[in-house]
Amino acid sequence: METKDIITPENKVYSAPRLLNDSTMHYCPGCSHGVVHKLVAEVIDEMGLEHNAIGIAPVGCAVFAYKYIDVDWIEAAHGRAPALATAAKRLNPDRLVFTYQGDGDFAAIGTAESIHAANRGENIAIIFINNGIYGMTGGQMAPTTLEGVKTATTPYGRNVELNGYPLDISRLMAQLDGTCYVTRQSVHKPAAVRQAKKAIRKAFENSINRRGCSVVEILGTCSSGWKMTPHQANLWMEEHMKEKYPIGDLKNNVE
Amino acid sequence: MSKEVRLMKGNEAIAHAAILYGVDGYFGYPITPQSEVLETLEAEMPWNTTGMVVLQAESEVASINMVYGGAATGKAVMTSSSSPGISLMQEGISYLAASELPALIVNVMRGGPGLGTIHPSQSDYFQATRGGGHGDYHLIVLAPASVQEMADFVALGFDLAFKYRTPSMILADGVVGQMMEKVVLPEPRPRRTEQQIAEQCPWAATGHSAGRKPNVVTSLELDSALMEKNNERFQETYRLIERNEVRYEAYHTDDAEYLIVAFGSIARICLKAIEDAREKGVKVGLIRPITLWPFPYDAIREASKHVKGILVVELNAGQMIEDVRLAVADPNMKIRHFGRMGGIVPNPSEITTALNLIMTNE
Ligand SMILES: Cc1ncc(C[n+]2csc(CCOP(=O)(O)OP(=O)(O)O)c2C)c(N)n1
Ligand code: SF4
Ligand SMILES: [Mg+2]
Repeated sequence: METKDIITPENKVYSAPRLLNDSTMHYCPGCSHGVVHKLVAEVIDEMGLEHNAIGIAPVGCAVFAYKYIDVDWIEAAHGRAPALATAAKRLNPDRLVFTYQGDGDFAAIGTAESIHAANRGENIAIIFINNGIYGMTGGQMAPTTLEGVKTATTPYGRNVELNGYPLDISRLMAQLDGTCYVTRQSVHKPAAVRQAKKAIRKAFENSINRRGCSVVEILGTCSSGWKMTPHQANLWMEEHMKEKYPIGDLKNNVE
Repeated sequence: MSKEVRLMKGNEAIAHAAILYGVDGYFGYPITPQSEVLETLEAEMPWNTTGMVVLQAESEVASINMVYGGAATGKAVMTSSSSPGISLMQEGISYLAASELPALIVNVMRGGPGLGTIHPSQSDYFQATRGGGHGDYHLIVLAPASVQEMADFVALGFDLAFKYRTPSMILADGVVGQMMEKVVLPEPRPRRTEQQIAEQCPWAATGHSAGRKPNVVTSLELDSALMEKNNERFQETYRLIERNEVRYEAYHTDDAEYLIVAFGSIARICLKAIEDAREKGVKVGLIRPITLWPFPYDAIREASKHVKGILVVELNAGQMIEDVRLAVADPNMKIRHFGRMGGIVPNPSEITTALNLIMTNE
């Protein structure tokens, strides 16, 4: 048997997502953003929405999401993606409109826009990467940073008396009448990646079918910010983050 | 179609003109003295007629970022607010300028600083004409002096914004927003179709990318050399606007011995003072800048050549006077400011007093 006999359509089990282009990603090795980008690209392609999608990129490490996934994008100001998405979707109601945001973007500076877009029931999908830190600006405390965790701005560990409590914003989102689907997933293992992909697909379907606002939180890792190897970061996430931020659906009104 | 004359507030005229122009979306947050814009739009329910989207946002920060999101998809979108709300929008306005997006922002100014007063003012002149937010940029700034101009400048503001791919601003004062006057509203035009938007705005992130490469609307460029190129492109556009779009109204400047420069509602009060002066044989003229940026430097320089003094009248502590000084080449020219602050609008006799002071060389 020769190589050409092996490379045949019937034998194909995997290929790079068509919509994920060949630009070199700027993400650190092991960063969850890369995995989630792949899922977003795959889902858009599988749903046939390549020419019917508007992505809203955040300010955060994923600011360059628009360089990697070949759909139309708008790059928002820090935290304001849900406001942009609100207008983009209302003015273009048959499009898939999704935001892609980090925890600082979604749950600190943009909290008002996040809550009100969700509460209005905007027909948008929010992909929310909770890595418990400000990756882009060099590892400062995020609203989601766990108690006791050391960051650049909590060098002695997050002290709730000084810094307040870690914010489970998805739990809040689930309580708003305008959300139809709120789920928390992770991408640190193949099985988790498959689940996360299903969740993203459901959220995108809800946007297209105008069922309300969907939030897919992904518990991410940030090996650079956490000062761990990618493997250590995955283990640490599994061991510590899931306790405060349990995996699973927080709300699903669309079966 | 008959030119029906209607009586309404300047703020209401903005709302009606927006619907008639075929605006795709309005996003705003209540603040006095401009809340009638949103109120009128909600009452008119244009989503049932033209399909226009109207949304009360949770803040001015949200409003301007909704405008950003809508404008990025090629739609004609606008917001309105008053001074404190416009301050809150500045980051978003800077993003709009940097992303070269057309949009219309209406500021019906009230007295500041801070929460200030709900009464009329022109104290956001610096903010509006210098950009307002961070970075090197300008807005096209239109200053209406009547309810008619409030209506007309909606179309003008959008036309210029789309022509140059830059946000434009209607900088009105609370007087023009609140006063009722006769107005003839523009003829209705249909909203643009998706096809027309794609043709007019080939850069827009419409989501409908079939047959073209994906469009990205962003203001980010980490490569300094490329970022400088972007800035050079912005500046070229600004030079073009300065060459083509200066607008002003000149009144009795031909034989004037003294010149008043004033914009917005106060310019009309100045007309009364000018009439009184001329009755007494003192020839006073007026230049009313309509575009505050680009500013009519040349017209003021020209008009200043034969006058003995210039009085700049503003509802602020003296902001436009700096542009008048830049315009006038002669360093010996007497240029004085008269203004009231905090929401007080002067009457013509106060302007006459200020004119007399200039004439008596005080
Ligand atoms: C108005 C404004 N404030 C602050 C910043 C600086 N800034 C850029 S990204 C960021 C934090 C991003 O963290 P997160 O949203 O968690 O994204 P991550 O990088 O972790 O994916 C901050 C504070 C900014 N760009 N704009
Ligand atoms: S700093 Fe963290 S979030 Fe940013 S790319 Fe690196 S690993 Fe990812
Ligand atoms: Mg983060």
